[in-house]
Amino acid sequence: MRSNFDKQLDMLNVQLTEMSIFIESAIDCAADALVHSDRKKAQMAISFDSEADSMEKDIEKLCIKLLLLQQPVAKDLRQVSAALKMITDMERIGDQARDISELILGSEQDFCIKPDGIIAQMADATIKMVHEVVVSFVEKDIEKAQQVIAFDDVIDDLYSRAKLEIVGRIKAEKEDADILVNLLSIAKYFERIGDHTTNIAEWVVFSITGVHKKENMMYTE
Amino acid sequence: MNKFEINNLDLHYGDFHALKNINMQIKPNTVTAFIGPSGCGKSTFLRTLNRMNDLVEGCRITGEILMDGKNIYENTDVNMLRKDVGMVFQKPNPFPMSVYNNIAYGPRTHGITKKAQLDEIVEKSLRDAAIWDEVKDRLHKSALGLSGGQQQRLCIARALAVKPQVLLMDEPTSALDPISTAKVEDLVLELKRDYTIVMVTHNMQQAMRASDETAFFLLGEMVEKASTERLFSAPQDKRCEDYITGRFG
Repeated sequence: MRSNFDKQLDMLNVQLTEMSIFIESAIDCAADALVHSDRKKAQMAISFDSEADSMEKDIEKLCIKLLLLQQPVAKDLRQVSAALKMITDMERIGDQARDISELILGSEQDFCIKPDGIIAQMADATIKMVHEVVVSFVEKDIEKAQQVIAFDDVIDDLYSRAKLEIVGRIKAEKEDADILVNLLSIAKYFERIGDHTTNIAEWVVFSITGVHKKENMMYTE
Repeated sequence: MNKFEINNLDLHYGDFHALKNINMQIKPNTVTAFIGPSGCGKSTFLRTLNRMNDLVEGCRITGEILMDGKNIYENTDVNMLRKDVGMVFQKPNPFPMSVYNNIAYGPRTHGITKKAQLDEIVEKSLRDAAIWDEVKDRLHKSALGLSGGQQQRLCIARALAVKPQVLLMDEPTSALDPISTAKVEDLVLELKRDYTIVMVTHNMQQAMRASDETAFFLLGEMVEKASTERLFSAPQDKRCEDYITGRFG
């Protein structure tokens, strides 16, 4: 029953998974470009973001079509409404990967990131977070989504430490301040990626349970 | 206090167990929708609320239905109960008489004969049913000349004329076009300020638009009842979810 609708919902899931892979690739490339001073990777991150932008529009169209023609309720409604919210955060993550890449491409000097330094740790942590949220969505795994939400504290902590370190280096006046300010922006982009990933994880939980953290007791009356 | 409190209600038609241990509360001044597949018992249950099933041969009811705390199946004047708990049916059923006399019929049977008083009741009932402007110039013409949507609102006005507390509606718009349906749904939302409304509907969008609470019935059981928003967004019972998402069967 409703096999056509089920096929369209499956299609929605496939498209969401594809978009999430694009943004995961974009952030992966941006981090690689930063840590290894690889401008080609920065270009790749930008093209992955363009793909993700185009996918966002396709998914949005499909969701609106499903809302209009199928009038979904219950878990179907949660899936479609969560998808609409998730793609906005995914698109923003792609944009931030692009922003990081554009800073790398626009800089005449390399950022000279230490592979075990805080910025590299932030890059690794956000990549891990984005990957885990994709898995939690595909596998409908509430526990994993909740782990992703909790992991945002790690990113926030790394950002606070990165900020302290960069401000200290600016004050020391031994390095080019422009580079350090851009590095601080990059740290902030990673921190924002963590926030958007947390939002996605909250929508994953909502699509499974019907309860959204930010709408306290949304449907539990 | 709840308008209705139903405790351990069972209903049999002969050997057929049509309603199984129904427990439910219905709050005053709310709209409650009953949904479920054909034959699930929702209309049967609706009719127990004003004892319409008493007329069915072989019908046996156990348990209790308290209205304002009083069991309607004990020491109750059934005519008075049906005055307090009015009913509107699927198909509009105006009497073959004038618009005016359709509305005045009920009050007259309850002893009101003064023309001025009847005029007042007729106008108020038709206004409350949002049809006054459409029929005020043809009050003494046959009600059978009205459109289907107008006839249904006339039937609602007729039910209101005897000043009920509760309005039962059994698929009140299934025979109406979308415009008439919208008018009746708007009317339901207006009427809940003064009445408690219980509605059976096969149209789930209607239940979503018009009701505060929704109850899902299946095979004589009330499977789940919750706020309409909750039931249609995060139902707790898989059978309910399968039904409302169209994956039942």
